[in-house]
Amino acid sequence: MAVAAVKEKIAAQLKVLQKADGSVDPEELVAIVESIVDSVQGDLSADGLKVYADIEALALYINTARAEIADLRPDDINDEHIPAATDELTAIVGSTEQATNTIFEAVESIEGLTDKMPPEVAEQISLAVTSIFEACGFQDITGQRITKVVTALQKVEEKVDALLHAFGDDIKRSERPKEPEKKTTTPSGAPARPDEDLLNGPQMPEAAISQDDIDALFG
Amino acid sequence: MSTVDMGMPILIVDDYKTMLRIIRNLLKQLGFNNVDEATDGSAALQKLRDKDYHLVISDWNMEPMSGMQLLTEVRADTKLKELPFIMITAESKTENVIAAKEAGVSNYIVKPFNAATLKTKLSAVLGNF
Repeated sequence: MAVAAVKEKIAAQLKVLQKADGSVDPEELVAIVESIVDSVQGDLSADGLKVYADIEALALYINTARAEIADLRPDDINDEHIPAATDELTAIVGSTEQATNTIFEAVESIEGLTDKMPPEVAEQISLAVTSIFEACGFQDITGQRITKVVTALQKVEEKVDALLHAFGDDIKRSERPKEPEKKTTTPSGAPARPDEDLLNGPQMPEAAISQDDIDALFG
Repeated sequence: MSTVDMGMPILIVDDYKTMLRIIRNLLKQLGFNNVDEATDGSAALQKLRDKDYHLVISDWNMEPMSGMQLLTEVRADTKLKELPFIMITAESKTENVIAAKEAGVSNYIVKPFNAATLKTKLSAVLGNF
């Protein structure tokens, strides 16, 4: 059937539906769709059918890939992993800066005492102090390197965000409950680290409790 | 005999306070005690216009104004264009050094650096001391 004829047939059948009182009988609608499909299939060549089958396979492949990506929970990357990594890296910079300043305070105090030392001792102390100052440059270098890593993480975050956007909102976490992470086990099936749930590493300053808080827990 | 004025005002510029402290201490050990600090190019430029400094030692990677932008501003300023300007930076690609040289930097030190390197570069710019 020619394209124009198919269009004419669809228009006529839809017109029949429009004449109804606003409600649509599903069976009537299915019948119309089937008749259209039959009309089109009748016109498809062998090549056309092959293309149609390929497109169908491609659609199935995309849906499968989409489901697998959703199972990987890519939204966790942006919601949890990257922010956590960024916070940890920022905390590293803060800690090293604090430690470096403490070293400076101590070394400057030592240097201030060289006037009271015998000249030969003062000279040796001064050389050692210079070496410490030079070595403290690590804080600046590591800080810049970590900043580069944070920038790279932000780029990854943007890419993941674009991926999530491309696949639609329905692959996001809210659609499915989060599965618990698999724990490492020994060959007998016992937990390799029974205290795994407690291994959280150093806490961010705002999340950590103080020694005073700990002492208070011991009464 | 040294012809270098060890009391000359020097401006050091870096966004890392740690690095400012390192440079200040190393300069002090070399005998330079008249040192002021700025934490980015624009703050440094203001200080350079307010006071007669004899040397600038600046980092490159800073915000909002970088060391390279500061250098460009300095070289474009009729009052500041002859000011000795040393770049101390982690930017260690050849293209960085070439760009800084073309912009008129007096000398270039790559981080991490030591006191001996700083002294050598200061001597190259200011004369032996």
